[in-house]
Amino acid sequence: MPSNEVIQGLGLDDYKFGFVTDSEPVFKTRPGLDAEVVRQISARKDEPDWMLKRRLKALRIYDAKPMPKWGGDLSELEETLSRTYFYSKPQEQMERSWDDVPENIKQTFERLGIPEAERKILAGVGAQYDSEMVYHSLKEEWESKGVIFDSIEDGLKNHPEMFRKHFGTVIPAADNKFAALNSAVWSGGSFVYIPPGVHLETPLQAYFRVNQERLGQFERTLIIAGEGSRAHYIEGCTAPVYSTDSFHSGVIEIIVNRDARFRYTTIQNWSNNMYNLVTQRALVQQGAHMEWLDGNLGSKLTMKYPSCYLMGEGAHGEILSIAYAGDGQHQDTGGKVIHVAPRTTSSIVSKSISKGTGRSSYRGLCKVYDGATHARSNVECDALLINETSRTDTFPYIEIDEKTATVGHEATVSKVGDEQLFYLMSRGMDETEAMALIVRGFIEPIAKELPLEYAVELNRLIELEMEGSVG
Amino acid sequence: MDDSPILVVTGLEAGVADEDLDILKGVDLAIGPGEIHAIMGPNGSGKSTLAKLIAGHPGYEATGGSVEFDGEDLLDMEPDERAQAGVFMAFQYPVEIPGVSIANFLRTALQSRLEDGEELDLFDFQELLMERMELLDMDVAFAQRPVNDGFSGGEKKRNEILQMAVLKPALALMDETDSGLDIDALQIVARGVNTLREEDPAMSVLLITHYQRILNHITPDVVHVMVGGKIVESGGPEVALELEASGYEEYRKAHAA
Ligand SMILES: Nc1ncnc2c1ncn2[C@@H]1O[C@H](COP(=O)(O)OP(=O)(O)OP(=O)(O)O)[C@@H](O)[C@H]1O
Ligand SMILES: [Mg+2]
Repeated sequence: MPSNEVIQGLGLDDYKFGFVTDSEPVFKTRPGLDAEVVRQISARKDEPDWMLKRRLKALRIYDAKPMPKWGGDLSELEETLSRTYFYSKPQEQMERSWDDVPENIKQTFERLGIPEAERKILAGVGAQYDSEMVYHSLKEEWESKGVIFDSIEDGLKNHPEMFRKHFGTVIPAADNKFAALNSAVWSGGSFVYIPPGVHLETPLQAYFRVNQERLGQFERTLIIAGEGSRAHYIEGCTAPVYSTDSFHSGVIEIIVNRDARFRYTTIQNWSNNMYNLVTQRALVQQGAHMEWLDGNLGSKLTMKYPSCYLMGEGAHGEILSIAYAGDGQHQDTGGKVIHVAPRTTSSIVSKSISKGTGRSSYRGLCKVYDGATHARSNVECDALLINETSRTDTFPYIEIDEKTATVGHEATVSKVGDEQLFYLMSRGMDETEAMALIVRGFIEPIAKELPLEYAVELNRLIELEMEGSVG
Repeated sequence: MDDSPILVVTGLEAGVADEDLDILKGVDLAIGPGEIHAIMGPNGSGKSTLAKLIAGHPGYEATGGSVEFDGEDLLDMEPDERAQAGVFMAFQYPVEIPGVSIANFLRTALQSRLEDGEELDLFDFQELLMERMELLDMDVAFAQRPVNDGFSGGEKKRNEILQMAVLKPALALMDETDSGLDIDALQIVARGVNTLREEDPAMSVLLITHYQRILNHITPDVVHVMVGGKIVESGGPEVALELEASGYEEYRKAHAA
């Protein structure tokens, strides 16, 4: 039973609601990181020896690599990391009933239009809830098709060969400092396998699965989409994720085999003390399609550039992202497309909104290797500034070693204009409604790609967020 | 019907907010319920400024005089409050709202007029919108297009009238709605306005125009001539015909003198 919930209001850039409970985790490592901590994590998870060795090697790489000097301000991160508990195992069952959830929190969820099942998860109601039933019936359907949708830990336990064959092949520990860190201390995340030719209509939704574990700080996800398969994986939700942790560093690896189509949708809304540094990458084989749909809200600093390595002829990669930077927040986001094979195509569409002292940066890479003949890539990034104090920058890196490639880049910055506001207000909308409508219109090209319930949540959030943004 | 004027402008002086620039220099105007007033006048004489002031554009500021709407001090109200009270302005230069469809825009505008907790009936809305589009000879697919984004000049004007027909104001300020309309479109727009007036005989119109032509379709009760930030003459429809023949030269001279 929670005894000291701290409940605040609601919002994106001020984290205003959530629970803090005094329930101690059953196990946690001591603060800071060294080989001993890594050994403890691996032992707790009862891992095979090869994984422990991988973790230790990754730790050495992490220690050797300097902090990145580009992107956002990471100067305080070392200090934060020295205080971080790199692993903590929560109590098995958080006994908390929906009736215990305070009324104002319930109202907040309602106002946000969050589906019933999800509300309970957000409120940390650990007993039996509807989503579990939904999950179980879907799980049966998936299993009958040979689909695996498990926690990453269970993936390693139950499918050791497949796991070992692919783990770390898309994003090796040496890729970057935070990939190394994640490879050393990862915990939580999903393992997904879609057999060749299987088409899934219902999206694989992480929140059905994560309910007991909550999203890990160092989440690790490995997805293998078999030849000709089709699926959509959705993670996150638009309600602020409450966490006492101030650092989140995930690694998402996806292999999209020949002629498969895969879409990965994330929407995350972190509390504003959070560093969110995520590496997500897909290898896209011949004729396959990969789409990243990425929404980043909240956090102190997010650095996240979903990428597609277009390895086989005719592979296609798409990255759609929305970033919202409120007061004091920095969203350094974008995407990377690497064209390795002929006739590969890609597109990046990135939209950012900066409010108050918020700052958003688009950082993107388009690389075309020699031999990727007739590769085509198009990048469009649009920034919307709400206030005079808001800021945006664009850092497009384009490297082309192939004469027959065509690459387009277009960037726009717009401010919410007085004329626009007046036009809407002269139709009867108040300032907040008018602002929200303009912002919604701005992100519409991406929001319309979201599953309906997520789009609705996002719209409401924007409305709440625009309150008090004007004047 | 109460015959006291719905709009009373008295000695209105106004300019650009935070700048030392006088545009309106003492405008008097009273529009009764159901009346149609036309304002004509040379470029830059202050016609749009008057309309924007009535609608509450934040870029303009009254420095003297008053504007009363339905007995209330309009200058004290925010633009959205004025709209809710029944004022509507069809813009001379309508603004683009990318990504927001006309349907969504109008739904939001209507929803904003309801009490808190009251939800707009979507079927009623759909029906109203379709009926209004039909009245204005608009393709229903138009409702899904983003507001004014990539519209032709004439389409923007027609969209203003569609909004007016959906929002059903008590006072419509039409700022050069006829400019840029082809001959057929002009008649369609005029039909729209006349239909609205049949539905609500108390609806008043302040129609700003450069051309006498539209007044053949929407018959004014009063025609005003504005020169140099003042109304220098008011009369019947014949004033417009005289202007068409002789231009503003005479008024300019008199004004300069
Ligand atoms: N924001 C502004 N800043 C500076 N001057 C302005 C501003 N708005 C209007 N003016 C000036 O005020 C005068 C009146 O402008 P207004 O738009 O009211 O004219 P109008 O009668 O509507 O002209 P038109 O027939 O060309 O539409 C013009 O000289 C114009 O340049
Ligand atoms: Mg004008």
